[in-house]
Parts: sequence; C-alpha cells; structure tokens
Amino acid sequence: MIKDMTIGQYFPGKSPVHRLDARLKILLTIAFIVMLFVADDIKGLGVGIAFTFITFIISRIPLKMMFKSIRPILIIIIITAMLNLFFVHTGTPLVEWKFIKITDKGVETAVFMVVRILCLIVGTSLLTYTSSPIDLTDAIERLLSPLKKIKVPVHELAMMMTIALRFIPTLLEETDKITSAQKARGADMETGSIFKRAKALIPILIPLFVSSFRHAEELALAMECRCYHGGEGRTRMKQLHFKLIDLWGTLYLVFFFAGVIVMNKIG
Amino acid sequence: MSFIHIKGLEFSYVNEFEEPPVKNTVLKGIDLDIEKGEFVAVLGHNGSGKSTLAKCINAINLPEKGEVLVDGLDTINEENLLPIRKRVGMVFQNPDNQIVATIVEEDVAFALENLGVEPTEIRRRVDEALKTVGMYEYRMHAPHKLSGGQKQRVAIAGVIAMQPECIVLDEPTAMLDPKGRSEVMKTIKMLNKEKGVTIVLITHYMEEAAQADRVVVIDGGEKIMDNVPQKIFSQVSVMRNLGLDVPQVTEIADFLKNSGYDISNEIITEDECVDALYALLTKK
Repeated sequence: MIKDMTIGQYFPGKSPVHRLDARLKILLTIAFIVMLFVADDIKGLGVGIAFTFITFIISRIPLKMMFKSIRPILIIIIITAMLNLFFVHTGTPLVEWKFIKITDKGVETAVFMVVRILCLIVGTSLLTYTSSPIDLTDAIERLLSPLKKIKVPVHELAMMMTIALRFIPTLLEETDKITSAQKARGADMETGSIFKRAKALIPILIPLFVSSFRHAEELALAMECRCYHGGEGRTRMKQLHFKLIDLWGTLYLVFFFAGVIVMNKIG
Repeated sequence: MSFIHIKGLEFSYVNEFEEPPVKNTVLKGIDLDIEKGEFVAVLGHNGSGKSTLAKCINAINLPEKGEVLVDGLDTINEENLLPIRKRVGMVFQNPDNQIVATIVEEDVAFALENLGVEPTEIRRRVDEALKTVGMYEYRMHAPHKLSGGQKQRVAIAGVIAMQPECIVLDEPTAMLDPKGRSEVMKTIKMLNKEKGVTIVLITHYMEEAAQADRVVVIDGGEKIMDNVPQKIFSQVSVMRNLGLDVPQVTEIADFLKNSGYDISNEIITEDECVDALYALLTKK
C-alpha cells in the first residue's frame, strides 16, 4: 500500500544517538564533517573511521539500511577513486604501461578519498536515520533563528516544511483514490512505451494539483481561525532542554576530534 | 447585550475574473442574537448562505453592511481580530484540512503557541482539551492514522484549547460515517452542557439540529425561521417547500396527525415518539 510509505528515512529507536537533542546532532554532524577534512593522513582518518564505526554500532541502525544510502553515490566513489588512481603521478611508480601510470602515492590518495567519502555518507545519514523529520525541522528553525535579525523568513520556511510533511500522507492517499477512479474509467497506466505511461499520469496529476490548492485554501482559513499571525510572539509547547546525554555526546565527539589533531601532529 | 449580536448583516462575493465583475449577494440583511451558553443550530440547503454567515461571526468575512458584534467587539475593527478569534473558535467540514501539525498534541497546541501562551500552561491546556474530547491516549499519534471522527475531535480539541466562549461548527459531521458523527455530536453536546460553551452548529442533518436549544433557518440569504426545534419541525410542509427535511419521527407524527389521530406533531426525538405512540395505542 502506498499509504504505508515512510517519510524521509527515519528509523525509530531508543539508542543514545536517537536521544540526543536534534539541534546538537546537527551541530555535531557539522563538526564531524570538519573533522574528516581536518584529518590529512591515513592515521588521522583512522580516528574518523573509528568514530563513524562506533557511532554506527551505538545507533543500532541495520547494516542493510546503511548500504541503501551508500548505493546511490557508488558511482561518485568509483569515479573519485579512478581519477586519483590515474592522475596522481608523484611517488614511486607501480605500473607503467603506455600512457597509464599508477604510483604508490596514487593508490594511497585513492583509498584515502574513498574512505573519507564513505565515512562522510555514513556519518551524515546517521543524522537523518536517528532523528524524525519533525525534530529536524524544529531544530533547523531554532538553529537558524538568529538569522531572523537579517530578515531571513526562518519561521515561515520551517512552517512550510512542517505542513509539507503533514500533507504527504494525505496527498498519497488522494493519489491512490484518483488512480483507482481513473482506472475505473478505463485509464491504462501499465502498458505501452514509457512516454505513453508518462502521459497516462496527466489525468492523475491534474486533479491532484487542483485538490492541493483546495487543501491549501482551507488550511489557511483554519490556521487563521486559530489565531495564526506569523512567527511573531509565538511560543512553543515543547521546550528543548539540553540533557546529560547531550553533554556526553559532545564530549564523545570532542575526544575524537582531539584524536584527529594529535594524529596530524604526530604524522 | 447578547454575546453575538448580528444586525442587518449583508455580504456578497465578488467574482473579479468575470468582466464586468459579477457580484453575488449571499446574505441579505440578517438579524440574529445569540446568548451565552446557547446551543443554536443553523439550517439551510446548499447555497443558502449558512457557511458565509458562520465565517462572519469570527471575522473571516467582514460585513458589507450592518454589523457583527462579538462580546461587544466589532468584527470590522482590525484590532479586534485576535480577541474575537480567541473568543469564537471555528471547526470546519474537512478534518484533514484543519490539522496543521504532524502529531496530535502538537496540533492541539497550535492555537496556544500562536497566542504566545507560556509553555507549561500550553502543556496543561493541551492535556485538558484532549481529555475533554476523549483523545488523550492518541496524543502522540500521527493525524493521518486516525479515523474521520477522531480527526474531527482533535480539531475540536485544538479549538477548545483556546478556551473560547463560543464554537462555530460548519457542518462538522458532513464527511463522517455514522459512528464518527455520533462521536462528534456527543462531544459538542457535552461541551455545551458541561462546560457552558456557546455552540453554533451549521448542519443539514435534521436529527442533529433537533438536539439544539434553538434552530435558525436560513434561505436565500435571509432568516426565515428562528424558534425552538419543536416549533420549527412541526411545520413540515413549510420545511419541505424550503427544500429541507424534518426528522423521521416528526414526519411519522405529522402523518398520523394529518390522518386524524390525536398526536402532537411537535415530536423531535425518538423517545418522545415512542412515548406518544404508546399513549396513543393504550388510550383506545
């Protein structure tokens, strides 16, 4: 059933990674990305790998799901590896055949880059795997709220995200209904060339489009009735408080970050 | 003065896409006074202007002529907008289109967050509102997983969290199944009887209107009748001419009366009907 589709890639759970404050998680992810780029040799990166691996274990996200998020960027990883392999010409050559020249330095850089990208993907997708879309939206709104001073419509953007998330299931359900209705009238969506099938989607998309306008109009009215007047003077029911676990999470990252810096100095 | 005071209210929609613009007058001078704590049902067939009237009460529609006062506040004055909407909550037909948040309790908190209420106070009122409509166990659910009746109760909770003095419901049961309909009606009646909330119920179900203290019939943008339900529904032929039905039991009583039996046609509930029929049958 189309209705059971999950939104985003949130994988509910109760692990310490899940329980971290979403705001902190975003900041830690940014720090993590910086950490991976600060590491300038294989030893420093080793610390990064350890961090990624341990965090992954703690979060208890199934390995299968992680592979799913790596698959789409496999091509990019392979291309990066190739480029480094063939175009880094410093160091001692290992293979030299016609115009192809592979050096030990080239192999090292290729492995280094691949591992760095893999860590990057695994680490950042842990953020979306362990926090619900609502928490993320909320966290983004709060983190960006200083930007309100320079007239960035932070609240409005967050509200749009929330409403979009809220209406995805409703619209999916509607798509289902419209599809059945059109099929009942003899619409053929399964056979024919790809163009023909794409064209068959038009009678579904147009009613869907029209009805989303109707949804929007009524929702706006209902929001007005409930005294919505923008983000000004608005309070929130759920106050986010940093808890002890957030302190541990921060220390955990700081520890590894220091490790990377030490490794850099030694190397 | 009464809580809601409507005098000589006129309103029209203008279709500006037509050339020249077409003006469609929907309300043609309505006078209506609603007291605090009343349960008023507004009846009328499609296009009679009953929804438009409802939207005039909480300043969504502003009167073209005449005036609408809520608790003494004039809707035409923009400064009164929030105070009026705080006093008069509104519930619409489609529950899907009035739920904003992705979690039930967040949605109930929406109005309070807009009004800038303290977080601890929001928490307290949200819990209270959810308990009132009997949806407290569902507070962490996603709205799209609830049934129609449950969604509509969440929408009502979102409104009563504001602690309004009056709730206007625009055909709240039109999209629900019989079970959902009775759930919602029970909630509405409870709010009126136990919490003393003024209710304006716009409906085209006669059985629902029969449960009100007072029924107002609107036709062609004018108020045709305004009385207790018994007096309204006993005029079966008048109602028919307006394109409206009467409750089934009233129809039976009216038919019997016209056939020469000694029975009152001011019967609107099943219990009354049973009693009257019993009295009629045992008398002979």
